[in-house]
Amino acid sequence: MRIEIREQPFNAYAEIQRYLDGLTIAGKCGATAVFVGTMRDFNETNIITGMTLEHYPGMTEKHLNAIAGEAVTKWQLLDVLILHRVGKIEIAEDIVLVATWSAHRKEAFASCRDIMEQLKSSVPFWKKEDTTSGAKWVDKNTPGY
Amino acid sequence: MQVSIKYFASLRELLGEASAIVDIEDNVTVNALWLLIIKRKNIEFDNVMMTVNMEYVKPEHRLKPGDEVGFFPPVTGG
Repeated sequence: MRIEIREQPFNAYAEIQRYLDGLTIAGKCGATAVFVGTMRDFNETNIITGMTLEHYPGMTEKHLNAIAGEAVTKWQLLDVLILHRVGKIEIAEDIVLVATWSAHRKEAFASCRDIMEQLKSSVPFWKKEDTTSGAKWVDKNTPGY
Repeated sequence: MQVSIKYFASLRELLGEASAIVDIEDNVTVNALWLLIIKRKNIEFDNVMMTVNMEYVKPEHRLKPGDEVGFFPPVTGG
């Protein structure tokens, strides 16, 4: 299991491959589920030109670790990878990556979704969007279900 | 007793500070501390989230000496 908050841009698919290369789950893993959240250039009302992501150092990592640990137990996962950007983010850069590995697809799909929804609703990150009409804090996340 | 406070995101900007150390009466609730802050700073702020030692707590949670209190708006990561 790996949880990481990162200021530098990352390529989610390269990160998955790099992480997978270090795992020893070949033969046991039958399913991989991946969610990648990427920076858009629009929201409901504005054109977005960039974004800054703030977090609560210590608490953010603590809660991501707890969510991932609970998911491993609940869904009998073989492994979990979570990466999340903070700081200045440009259009089209990856913001978040959640990958889960399990024996069967049911657990991989369900756990990836569950981790992502918990992250969106409870882990302390805050987005401030740069728009054509000024910088604005995002006041809530859109529902995922 | 003394507790430390951390503010984040729009609340941090509104207050103009990221952290503070305050002296308060023993056994005060986290909500009482919040009410004291918004009165002292003369601000309005809806939907504040409250944490103590990096765990979410209810407003009636009672503080202990040395606690780290977090106040911030609803989270918007992912």
